[in-house]
Amino acid sequence: MDSDEDFGMSSEEDVLEDSENDNESADGTDFGIDEPEPDLGYTQKEQVKKEKKTFDTTFKVYHPDDIQAQQDDLIDEVNMILDIRKEDAAILLRHFRWNKERLIEDYMDRPRKVLEDAGLGPSTTGPPKLEVIRGFMCDICCEDEPGLQSFAMKCGHRYCADCYRQYLNQKIKEEGEAARIQCPQDGCKRILDAKSLDLLVTSELQNRYHELLTRTYVEDKEQLKWCPAPDCQNAIECGIKKKDLDRVVPTVACDCKHRFCFGCGLADHQPAPCDLVKKWLKKCADDSETANWISANTKECPKCNSTIEKNGGCNHMTCRKCKHEFCWMCMGLWSEHGTSWYNCNRFEEKSGSEARDAQAKSRVSLERYLHYYNRYANHEQSAKLDKDIFTKTEKKMISLQTASGMSWIEVQYLNSASHALQTCRQTLKWTYAFAFYLKRVNLTEMFEDNQKDLEMAVEALSEMFEKPVDELANPKLKVEIMDKTSYCNKRRVILLADTADNLANGAWEWSNGH
Amino acid sequence: MTQKRISKELQECLTTPPAGIKVNLVDEGNIHNWNIVMDGPADSPYVGGKFQLLLVLPTEYPFKPPKINFKTRIYHPNVTFDEHGSMCIGILKSDSWKPSSRIPNVLTAIQQLLLEPVPDDAVEQGAAQKFKEDRKAFDKEARDMTKKYAK
Ligand SMILES: [Zn+2]
Ligand SMILES: [Zn+2]
Ligand SMILES: [Zn+2]
Ligand SMILES: [Zn+2]
Ligand SMILES: [Zn+2]
Repeated sequence: MDSDEDFGMSSEEDVLEDSENDNESADGTDFGIDEPEPDLGYTQKEQVKKEKKTFDTTFKVYHPDDIQAQQDDLIDEVNMILDIRKEDAAILLRHFRWNKERLIEDYMDRPRKVLEDAGLGPSTTGPPKLEVIRGFMCDICCEDEPGLQSFAMKCGHRYCADCYRQYLNQKIKEEGEAARIQCPQDGCKRILDAKSLDLLVTSELQNRYHELLTRTYVEDKEQLKWCPAPDCQNAIECGIKKKDLDRVVPTVACDCKHRFCFGCGLADHQPAPCDLVKKWLKKCADDSETANWISANTKECPKCNSTIEKNGGCNHMTCRKCKHEFCWMCMGLWSEHGTSWYNCNRFEEKSGSEARDAQAKSRVSLERYLHYYNRYANHEQSAKLDKDIFTKTEKKMISLQTASGMSWIEVQYLNSASHALQTCRQTLKWTYAFAFYLKRVNLTEMFEDNQKDLEMAVEALSEMFEKPVDELANPKLKVEIMDKTSYCNKRRVILLADTADNLANGAWEWSNGH
Repeated sequence: MTQKRISKELQECLTTPPAGIKVNLVDEGNIHNWNIVMDGPADSPYVGGKFQLLLVLPTEYPFKPPKINFKTRIYHPNVTFDEHGSMCIGILKSDSWKPSSRIPNVLTAIQQLLLEPVPDDAVEQGAAQKFKEDRKAFDKEARDMTKKYAK
């Protein structure tokens, strides 16, 4: 199962991560597409060509039905191999945390002990059923009226059906327990099986029980994790272990489109490794007061001091009053940002002589932190603003269709551009946390160059993206946006591949206590 | 159905309570609140003391465990040294309580706790530390407190 389709990547992500745009005509026919291609723009063609990048993590998305089927398959296997009831096979598998091989091995060695430990001790009665027994008194409620329905699991501890029901209700509904519900008898470790449950409770409670069991199934397996998106019921399977996390950043994408880190569950934080992310977030929380002023949405024009509000993701600011053009992040001249000496992303270390005493040193270290935090926070904020714009994009696209006569498919390039902006800003944001902890060595400069290239491309695209609809209708701008979009995606791939390779080789050197 | 079970248990505890324990209702009209008087066990620094406890049976009893607190102050690693006198004992935790568990078992578990504190599962860290590091000093403190509060 290693074809890309099996990884459940959404088509948007395929477009975003594609680095092969340039060879489109050169090898577009090499992929065995026999039928005439539908005219869906370039989206589909590229999906076919998606290649696995070095920083891509292999994973699989499971929907609730798949998760149930997986459990059922394992239960069936154990049921056949060991020749035991299905409900007992389920209890054994849960006891062994779904490690089928170990269960079978142990069971072959010492079946009695395995059954006992799993809460399936020796049977004293036949198959469990509801029964009326003469002279029976329930030890829980102390009722003994004739005709009282009673129930016992295979351990033979018998209670009235009402008490059994109330007990199960308490365990399942109130305590959220399922896999470890024991017989109500004090000291009896017999585990409740699904068949006994079905005899006693409503289907509503049965469903809840199975829901809880599925939850423990996912939680018990190291290579399975729930998608953390609210309301999403999918689980992701990924083979990355905890000990691998200083060498890889395992980013996975659920079918619900949520991209997150399999290692820590946070939203996509490539290229920064989990541990660094944790440290950075803690530092930001600790220093939030010092850094608060940065997230302000307004700044003063560096030339005329009039207040300027930022309402899009683009960092190229033009003062309404004096037309001064500057960069929102560094407040420097914008004209310098398009040239080769753009260095908005790089923190210039002060020479040693300037930072001789402790006070100066701590000022430098604060400045350094603020440099990176400023840019980190700015991309986060810009991504939000870009997203606001994205929600307006669809409206734009509709009006664009009317203005230009383009079809819906033909205006999808704005959708792609918007996706590229968000994904790239998400990456850029984390490059600044990454850079904060990097020691200044030769590799760092290459990293900063990649960061700079991506950032410049993103800002340029962001600027085009905010153009009024009548300008967007211009076919020349459309081509430019499409080119810039694919360029941004390409730069992101280059940056991520480079950082991931060096991370895998342990080539990065860290500072600032990382 | 709860009433029948509680009445039966109460009857048993009134007529044949575990040794060193006396049971009566706080208020005759309410079988959910029990007043317990426990003698300090012979081989413990609590000997000679009479400790009052309040046992409350929730409406969901016996599907939920009873709540029990020391009303008399007691110097013990596993009982808070305050007006709550709360303790944390295994049998009353929801994952080990079973609806067939019985109140006399709870009471004897508490007697056992007075004989053998579990300092690793303590709610009073100071008492736990003293118990582990200087057993003599602990016993003396426990005896003094018993004299002060439980006579
Ligand atoms: Zn009953
Ligand atoms: Zn049993
Ligand atoms: Zn999801
Ligand atoms: Zn992570
Ligand atoms: Zn100005």
